[in-house]
Order: sequence, then C-alpha cells, then structure tokens
Amino acid sequence: MCDFPFFSLVCTGEIFELKAELNSDKKEKKKEAVKKVIASMTVGKDVSALFPDVVNCMQTDNLELKKLVYLYLMNYAKSQPDMAIMAVNTFVKDCEDPNPLIRALAVRTMGCIRVDKITEYLCEPLRKCLKDEDPYVRKTAAVCVAKLHDINAQLVEDQGFLDTLKDLISDSNPMVVANAVAALSEIAESHPNSNLLDLNPQTINKLLTALNECTEWGQIFILDCLANYTPRDDRESQSICERVTPRLSHANSAVVLSAVKVLMKFMEMLPKDLDYYGTLLKKLAPPLVTLLSAEPELQYVALRNINLIVQRRPEILKHEMKVFFVKYNDPIYVKLEKLDIMIRLASQANIAQVLAELKEYATEVDVDFVRKAVRAIGRCAIKVEQSAERCVSTLLDLIQTKVNYVVQEAIVVIKDIFRKYPNKYESVIATLCENLDSLDEPEARAAMIWIVGEYAERIDNADELLESFLEGFHDESTQVQLQLLTAIVKLFLKKPTETQELVQQVLSLATQDSDNPDLRDRGYIYWRLLSTDPVAAKEVVLAEKPLISEETDLIEPTLLEELICHIGTLASVYHKPPSAFVEGSRGVQHKRLPGSAGSADSPDTGSAAGVSEAPPAVIPSQGDLLGDLLNLDLTPPTTSGPPPAPSSGMQMGAMDLLGGGLDSLVGLLHLGGDLGGSPAMGAGFGAPPTAMPASFPPPVSGGLDDLFDLGGSVGITDLVYVQIWLPAMKAKGLEISGTFARRAGVIQMEMTLTNKAMSIMTDFAIQFNRNSFGLAPAGPLQVLTPVGPNQSIEVALPLSTVGPVMKMEPLTNLQVAVKNNIDVFYFSSQYPISMLFVEDGKMERQVFLATWKDIPNDNEAQFQIKDCHLNSDAASSKLQGSNVFTIAKRTVEGQDMLYQSMKLTNGIWVLAELRVQAGNPNYTVSTVHVRYIGLTGLVSSDLLPHADRRAAA
Amino acid sequence: MIHSLFLVNASGDIFLEKHWKSVVSRSVCDYFFEAQERATEPENVPPVIPTPHHYLISVLRHRIYFVAVIQSEVPPLFVIEFLHRVVDTFQDYFGVCTEAAIKDNVVVVYELLEEMLDNGFPLATESNILKELIKPPTILRTMVNTITGSTNVGEQLPTGQLSVVPWRRTGVKYTNNEAYFDVVEEIDAIIDKSGSTITAEIQGVIDACVKLTGMPDLTLSFMNPRLLDDVSFHPCVRFKRWEAERILSFIPPDGNFRLLSYHVSSQNLVAIPVYVKHNITFREGSSQGRFDLTLGPKQTMGKAVESVLVSSQLPRGVLNANLNPSQGTYTFDPVTKMLSWDVGKINPQKLPSLKGTMSLQAGASKPDENPSINIQFKIQQMAISGCTQAGQTL
Repeated sequence: MCDFPFFSLVCTGEIFELKAELNSDKKEKKKEAVKKVIASMTVGKDVSALFPDVVNCMQTDNLELKKLVYLYLMNYAKSQPDMAIMAVNTFVKDCEDPNPLIRALAVRTMGCIRVDKITEYLCEPLRKCLKDEDPYVRKTAAVCVAKLHDINAQLVEDQGFLDTLKDLISDSNPMVVANAVAALSEIAESHPNSNLLDLNPQTINKLLTALNECTEWGQIFILDCLANYTPRDDRESQSICERVTPRLSHANSAVVLSAVKVLMKFMEMLPKDLDYYGTLLKKLAPPLVTLLSAEPELQYVALRNINLIVQRRPEILKHEMKVFFVKYNDPIYVKLEKLDIMIRLASQANIAQVLAELKEYATEVDVDFVRKAVRAIGRCAIKVEQSAERCVSTLLDLIQTKVNYVVQEAIVVIKDIFRKYPNKYESVIATLCENLDSLDEPEARAAMIWIVGEYAERIDNADELLESFLEGFHDESTQVQLQLLTAIVKLFLKKPTETQELVQQVLSLATQDSDNPDLRDRGYIYWRLLSTDPVAAKEVVLAEKPLISEETDLIEPTLLEELICHIGTLASVYHKPPSAFVEGSRGVQHKRLPGSAGSADSPDTGSAAGVSEAPPAVIPSQGDLLGDLLNLDLTPPTTSGPPPAPSSGMQMGAMDLLGGGLDSLVGLLHLGGDLGGSPAMGAGFGAPPTAMPASFPPPVSGGLDDLFDLGGSVGITDLVYVQIWLPAMKAKGLEISGTFARRAGVIQMEMTLTNKAMSIMTDFAIQFNRNSFGLAPAGPLQVLTPVGPNQSIEVALPLSTVGPVMKMEPLTNLQVAVKNNIDVFYFSSQYPISMLFVEDGKMERQVFLATWKDIPNDNEAQFQIKDCHLNSDAASSKLQGSNVFTIAKRTVEGQDMLYQSMKLTNGIWVLAELRVQAGNPNYTVSTVHVRYIGLTGLVSSDLLPHADRRAAA
Repeated sequence: MIHSLFLVNASGDIFLEKHWKSVVSRSVCDYFFEAQERATEPENVPPVIPTPHHYLISVLRHRIYFVAVIQSEVPPLFVIEFLHRVVDTFQDYFGVCTEAAIKDNVVVVYELLEEMLDNGFPLATESNILKELIKPPTILRTMVNTITGSTNVGEQLPTGQLSVVPWRRTGVKYTNNEAYFDVVEEIDAIIDKSGSTITAEIQGVIDACVKLTGMPDLTLSFMNPRLLDDVSFHPCVRFKRWEAERILSFIPPDGNFRLLSYHVSSQNLVAIPVYVKHNITFREGSSQGRFDLTLGPKQTMGKAVESVLVSSQLPRGVLNANLNPSQGTYTFDPVTKMLSWDVGKINPQKLPSLKGTMSLQAGASKPDENPSINIQFKIQQMAISGCTQAGQTL
C-alpha cells in the first residue's frame, strides 16, 4: 500500500516488477500482469507510469487481454494523451475485424478515450460502424455518437452524425432504436432548442413498435422520450395510452414509473366522461401499490412520485390507504414519506383508521418519526373537519404521556387547530398550561405563548404565565421573543388594568435592549399604536385572523403540473423543477401538461363550441370585451386620439376561445336562474350569436371606449369616448349618445339627449329589457325640463342590478326603450363587463387557493394578450382600478404570476392567473384562463361559477 | 446517465471505483459519508443525496453500499434498478456478494461492469448473456485456463443479444429435459391485540427452473387467475395473451429465473395460518413482569408450520428476561431489548410456549407499552392466496 511516503520505494519496486512482467514474452504472464495493474487501478492506486508497457500489449488476438488493456486505456488515456495516439492504429484496425464483438468493442472503447486528438481518427470508423450490417455494432455506435458529442459537440454536428442517428430511429432492430433514442435524448439535453427529437406521429409509431420488443432499459428511454410528445387530439392520445399500458406490468420498476408518467400526461387530453378514462384510472393503482413491495430505495422514489400523483389525481389511490401504513422495519425515510401520503389520502371515510395508526406511530421509538406522526394528527384535524374532535382528544391523550417531544409537537399542532376552528376546542387550554414548564423547543414555546396571548381572557393567570417567560427574554430565540411581545400586547388590550407594568417591561425589552431589527420594529409599532390610539390598536392586534387550511402544504398547481411531466426523475424526488437544480439549467425546457383541449368540445360545454365557432368579427363577444379590458388597462393611457382599433381586431381572434367559454358560462348560469323565474326565457340560451339582428350597430371600438374610461382614470369624463346609441334619423329627431361607468360603487348610464327635431320634447321615460345581469334603472330618468330644438341635456341614470334576468347575446347587450312625448324608441347598447366588478371582489388567500383547486378543468379558458408594455406591478395597479384585485404574486423563473380575483354583481367570482414575462416589453404575450364551477343553485346569486384568467406576457 | 460507481463497505472505505465517463474524484463520496454518519442505522442512509455538482444514488445490499454518481437528470429508479441488477449479477457469479468476494475477483468485476454499462447506458444485464461474454470463475476453469492458456472471455458475440428473445441463448441441449416452478408466497399481516386482522397482504413470486432443449414455448394456466390482478412479469411472458385469456405463454430463459411476481391486496380475505396467545403483564411498583406466549396452527390444511421465529421488541424498562421455552431456544439482547425465540416446527399436539418473568429497572414506573410481536414461519406446499396451477403444456 502506498498510503505513506515512506513506502514509496516499495511501490516503485512493485511498478518495476510489473513492468518486467508486462514486457515478458509469455502471454500468460503478460495477462496476469495486466490483471494486477487493473486490480491496483480499481482500488485507486496510480499505475499510469506503466502506460507505454500496457499499450504494447494491445496488439494481441487474445480477447481477454485486449479487453483488459482497453479498460486500462480508458482510465489513463486522458493523463497521457501523446501516448494514447499509439493506440489509434490498433483501434482502426479492430474496427475492420470480421468479429462483430471486436468491432463493437473497438468503437466503444474509442469513444471512452476522452482525448481530442483521438476523436479525429474516430470519425471514419464510427461512420462505418453506424451503417454496419450487424445490429450489435450499430447500437454500440449509436451510443458512441453521444460520447463523442460530449467530448466535441461541434465535430459531431459537422460530420453529420446527428442525421445518421436520427435515421437509426427507423432501424429494423428495436435495440438499435432504443439506443438511438437514448443517445439523442442525451444530446438533446445539452441542446435544448436543437429539436433533435422531432416527434411526429410516424416516429411515435415506430417508437411504440420498438417499445414492445426492446430490453427493459430501452423501454425506459423510449417511454421517457414518448413523454415529451404532445398528441394532436384525444384519439391519438388514447391510442398511445393503450399501447403503453402493458408496460405497467413490467418487473422493472423504472419501466413502470416511466409508463405511469406517459399515462399521467396523456390522460390530461382524454375527456373525462370517456369509458377508457375510468379504465385507465383503475389500471394505474395496482402497479403503484406493487412498487411499494420492492426494496426500500425503490419504495422511497416511488413514494415521492406517488405523493405527486395523489395531489394531481387523488382518485387513483383513494382506496389504497392501507398499503401506506408504516411497517416496523421500514427505513426512516420510507416511514416519513408514507406518513405524508397517508395525510393526503385521509378523508372522512377512512379517518378513523388513519387516526388509530397515527396514534400507534406516536408511541414509536424514533423521535423524528414520532414528531411527524403527531404533526400528522394535527393536519388530519385541519383537513377532515369531522375528525377534528377525535384528533384533539387523541392529541390530549398523547400530552398525557408526558413524553417531552410528543407534548411539544402536540402543542404546536393544537395551535393550528385553534386557528382553523376558533371557539371550539379552547376547553383544552387548561391541560396545555399544565405542561408549560416542560417546553424547551422554540417552536413549542412560541405556540404556547401564542395560545396564552390569544385566549388571555379565558386564562386567569395569563399575566403570570407570560411574566414567567419574560424572565429569560434575551435567551429566547427570535421566534419566541416576537410571539411573547405580541402575546403581552394582546393581553394588555384585553386586561389593561392589571398588565400595564408587564407591557411596558416587554416593550422596553424589545425596543431598547434588543439588537434584532424585527423585534425592535415590531416593538415600536405596538408602542406607537398603544400610545396614539388604543382603539385602533385593538382593531389591529386583535383583528380576526383568516382561517388556515391544509392546502398550505400542497404543491402549487403550476409547479405540480410541471412535476407530473417529470415523474420518475430527480425533479420528482426533490419536488423542484429541474431548472432549480440541474447543472447547466439553460438546457432545461419547461414541460407543461397538455391543456385539456378536449374540454372545450366536450358535451357538457357543447354550447361553448357553438359560440366559439361563430364568426367573431360581427359581434364582439364577452371574451373580446374581457380581453379588451385587460389590454386597455395594461396600455398606458393616451390622453387623446382614437382607441387602438387595429390591434383590438387582432386580439379578437386570439380571444375567441375565451369568448365561447365565458358566454357559455353565463349561459348556463342563466339557465339556472331562469328555472326559478320564467322558463320561457330558456329559449335565449344557446341561441347562436348570428341570430342577433344584424342591424345592431356594435362599433368595434365602442366597448373599448368605455373600458378606457374605466380602466384608466375613473371619473375623468373628458376621456370618455361617447358613442351614439340612437341616431336622430331613427328616432324622429331624438339622438341619444352616452356611456356606462362605475363611479364610487354605483353603476351609471351617462346619456346625452339631443333634440334634433323642430319641436320640443318632454315626458322622458326609460325602461330596460331583461338582461344578463339584471340591470335596471334605479330611479326614473331625471329630465325635468323640456328639451327644445337643437338643445341637448346631460343626464346620469344610476342603475341597479336587481332587475329581471335573461341571458343576452352577446352577454353584455342591453336593450333600452326610451319614451318621450313623440313616440317610443328602442335601441341596444353594450356595456363593459368591468363595470360589473364590485369593490369587495378581493378574495381571501386561503379561500382563493381552495377555490382554485376545486374548479374543474372544464371551466378553464386561456388566452393571450399581445403588445402589453407594462410590467406586472403596473398592470396589477391598473387592474385594481377596475376592481380586479391581485391576491398574490409569485415569481417563477422570470415569470411574474399574478393571481387575481374579481366578483361580478351577481356574485359570480372570476379567478385569474396572469403571467407576465419580464424583460420583453416590445412583444408580450398573455394567456388568460377562465374557470367556473358547476352550477347547482336556482338563484343566480347562489351560483358560484369561477373564472380564471391567465395571462403570460 | 450513470457516471461512476463506488463500492463502500460498512466501515466507510471505498474499495472499488469504476468510471464510465470522465473520472470523478472519490472525494465526492464525502457527502455520502456525511449522510452515513447522520443516519442512526446503516439502512437509514437516504437513497438520493445531492452534492453541488453530482447526485449520489445508493443502495445497501449485503452490508455494502453501491453508490452511483450521476450528473444530469436521470430517472433514479433506473439507477436503483440497475444497481440491484449489479448486485444480483455479482451474487450469481461469485455465490456471495461480499467485499472479500469482490476483491478476489476484481478483474471479473471490472469486466462485468464494463459489459453491463456503456457510457452510462445499460448494455447487457441478462445473466444469460453476461455468462456467455464472461464466464463465471470456477476452480476447474481456472485450472484448465492455466494449463491451456484459454480465457474467461467469450470470443463470440452472444447469440441471444439481438434476437427477439434476448433472454435465451440458442443451441441449448439437455439430456434430461425438466422444468420446475416454485410458488413462494409471503404474507404480511398486522394483527391487533384481540386477534383480528388489521391488514394482510400477500406478496407472491413464481420462480422457475427450466432446463429444456431448443426453443421451448411453454404455457401455464391457473385455476383461479382472477386472484392475479396485480402482477409483474418477466419480459418473456406474452402480455397480450395474458390480458385476453389469462394464460401465461412464454419462451423461458435457460436456467433459474423469476417468472412473475404478484400482489394480492388486503381487500381479499386472508386466513392467517398461525395464532398467538399472549399474556404480558407488568405490575405497578414491582420490578417483575410476567411473560407468557403460546403459538398454535390455524387453517394450515394439514401442512406443518416450520422454521418459526418469534421476535419482540420489549419495553425499554426491561432489564432482563428469564424465560422457559417448551421447545427451541430464545435469546434476549439487553441492549436493544430484542427478544427472539427460535421455535422450529409447531407440533399441533403439543403447542410451543414461552413462559417466565422479566426483571424491570428498579423504581421505574410501569411500562405501559404493549410490545409488538413479529412471527416468521414457513409452510411448505401451500399458497395462502389459494393460487393454484391448473396445468402446463409445452
């Protein structure tokens, strides 16, 4: 052993000995010597000094010796590039050998010698081998291309090897196909945009054929490659699924998981009411369960993936709870993962079982596991409301065990339960307080302090308890300090008389004696609040807190979608997108699940399809308006000049899809609404838009004008583009022009009545036909004075939304009748949808998250907005002006995602996700997604359709 | 793809390394050693460990860690499956997979690894093919080789490698043609205090040993194929036929192989063939506890229950146990508090029992845990799931 320099002499001796043996004439001796060299090499000894001697042994007809020398070469060629050239001749000769084994071996080894000079000589033999008659050589050569690409990418491209490789996908031998796919995938990883794997139905078909016949490893490569393909329609995706399904019964778990990935992705394309969809769901469960009986390492990876799958499609495994029960001899990493999945699968049906299990786990030996089990009980309580009581009593039992870490964990989760179910379980506080002294972990102490502060009025000695914590204030962690400060302030606000001293003490501790800026700031804020306005302080500090939900630990939907595309990979193990951790992430493309395109055509939204097929240019549909709204809001307001009509025309085409979606949404809505009212109105539903009288003059820019006013600067009438609703020649001299606006929460119809006739007009009255949102005049038309010839009068008519409802086409169409002393006149106009967005359209974050997840995919529409020059913040504030509220903002890989909600006057919520790609102001594309959920109620305000707009710019 | 492989023994030494692409310094294993130190038990080392530039995926088999180094996004299951395949191959070649065996055959190991993986892509992992490429070392062959100067390395391209049935080589000849099928079932059950089954599931495999001449095409049918709804097959099984007719039709590999494995889930009723009567009590204030355990057979269809092994993790407060088995031997490890009792065969006439006292830590409060009891046993010629074979044809 050469571990010490002192022995280097001995080592040199060893080397000499080997040298002599290598140069021996006897074949046997040579071979033994090379074996010894290899043996030293494998344990990490440096035997590079023997390079020339070993290379001399290369020219032999003994295959074993040749292999051994090749092994040596691969390891040391890099360190001795000049010497390695000596080997080239032999390689080239071997590539011509009649034995395919030797040809393949030579090509394989040459690729492993990472010396630039050698690669030049490699090209010719490689080209020959790629076209070799023997498939074994061809498949080895295919891999060699990938090796060569790794060493010298340019060379591979210049020599045209990539095209040859692509040709191999059509090879007759499945193994060659599999290796070609593997090689291409590896090369494509470093060339994200090269479009090397150009998948089309023909190649897919070839791959699927090869899939059945190649080895298990080949199947993995092919399946992973298939997962990158996006089928054209649901039929194609079904046929691929059918051909992939048999792989689920493969003995190799990697094949199984890759197949699951393909199926999970392509399933998105299948309509949900298809029989095959249900069959597929059923077929997915058994293989996943079987993965859990494999070796623990495989189980771990499988469990991480199952975690994703149950979040995306809980229905697959909902009956398989028992297989996730922890076994006593599972390694800890498997146990923890199983716990996670148990909670995800917990439901009212199985909660009793789950709780019984969790309670057992809480008495286990392993501390980490016990902690997580106790937490799990808390999460169950929050997730399944019916079980909350049982969970709490279980937790109390556990607290009685007095095992220190169990008690602490239990207190942390009970705090969360309090927040989820306020005023329900506070009776247990007394028990908690008994264990105050045993708490030594910051998180548990903070939780306990929070409980004491929050329920100070119910705990008689709250001040004493908090005072006891205060003694060691500076030794506490920041978390506890902050919590203590808040708790004492709460206590003071609840019992001001007894605790004045205490609050002063803590404030001075926090503000004067602490170095922590967070703590100091919070202290100052409280101090000022308390000293200036105790009432306000009470409102701020004791404000009602939003409820928490179990969704907090779920993976965010877009990330989940991406991860589902990466099932079976490292990304799925880490639950992070590949770009977050893979070296050279530039090469990573973002994968997305295929949009459920089928949903728009699926029978339940059949009317949507009808609408969206209608010619869009004639009548601006709802979607156009919504799109326009967004567009206009995002465009910097121009103080004068015509609205950007040309661009709006372009958008209309893009937003057609949405138009259909939202139209049908409200269509459905009104069908529901009409059930209670007049059934006859149902006839309006589903009528194609072309049925509308063509004589209506809907100026394309009309809607835009109104929006402009609303979106940009509310209240500046100068900017309003007034449109003429009723031309004078149609109404015996009465001209009505005007606009709609929402001012200070009131919807107004602002009209100018002009008398172009010769006689005086009096006795004005106005009436609306039934319309989509129940708009009706809130009062009579206030025209008190007669209007003389060539005189005009401006009048603002406040509108209410409690009138009779009927679905209009287009949705925002309003038919108005105006009467004067001469006659009754009819006209129709369209109002901007944004006028109906109410001021309290801001959804709670938790509610938003929960609702978002509840919305079925069918209720989702998506479109893009082009040519927006605003960044996300400006867009957000502009939209806020129109009562489109930003709930949350996240930045994911350079994309700003704004989550927004708005509420219509009839109680419909619209949820939207707006994506803005920063840094590309000149050309920006937005996608808007509309979601709405099924309708169950009879009255329109009970219906809660949700729409979600998604925009990527 | 798989970059490198390190073999690490229980004491944390790297005793073999193999690189398929550029050489990765063995210092990368330091991250693995860190994780190993953190883990309380050897089997608790997490299978996937991130390092700044690489990912380490490891499996633990036969007290050896097989640590694969990867650099790009690779399906971890693929790597883990491959590592298990490596271990199986070593075991196949050397009989055992130990550090000593690997070190003795380091050159064969190296040749094998080189054959199995090329540039990180698996090349040949079927043991049949590997054995044609590199002959397993035997004493006889070593002697013959030394005398004749021939080698362990096959000179010809293995015939099966590229055929439609890569798992079978051509030209197999036997004087005695025979085929054996073993159905092995393991039942995993959790039973509560009162004796009712909480969960029970059956993992079964059918291992085959086929020694037939030529290219035989076998079919195998079952009495009750309905039971096998969750199966994974050896690649040789024609899946379409199984789907349609529930008949296994295949061209078998030569020699030993696992034909299929299946899983009978807990939804089906499982009769547990053994019962345990237990009475474990601790008295308050006393430093003594009583221990009484009796085993008996139940629904074994007249088959003997053999190789019974009972183990139980006693509460931490137990210092020692003084027990008296009616048959077999028992051991108690005072450090891990693990009681194990090797019962042997259960005689239905005279039920085995283990009785005695346990001494507790003086002054400690009464342990309130109910120790869980694990029982392992074997019953020959019986399949719990009721899976029976109807017939086979050639």
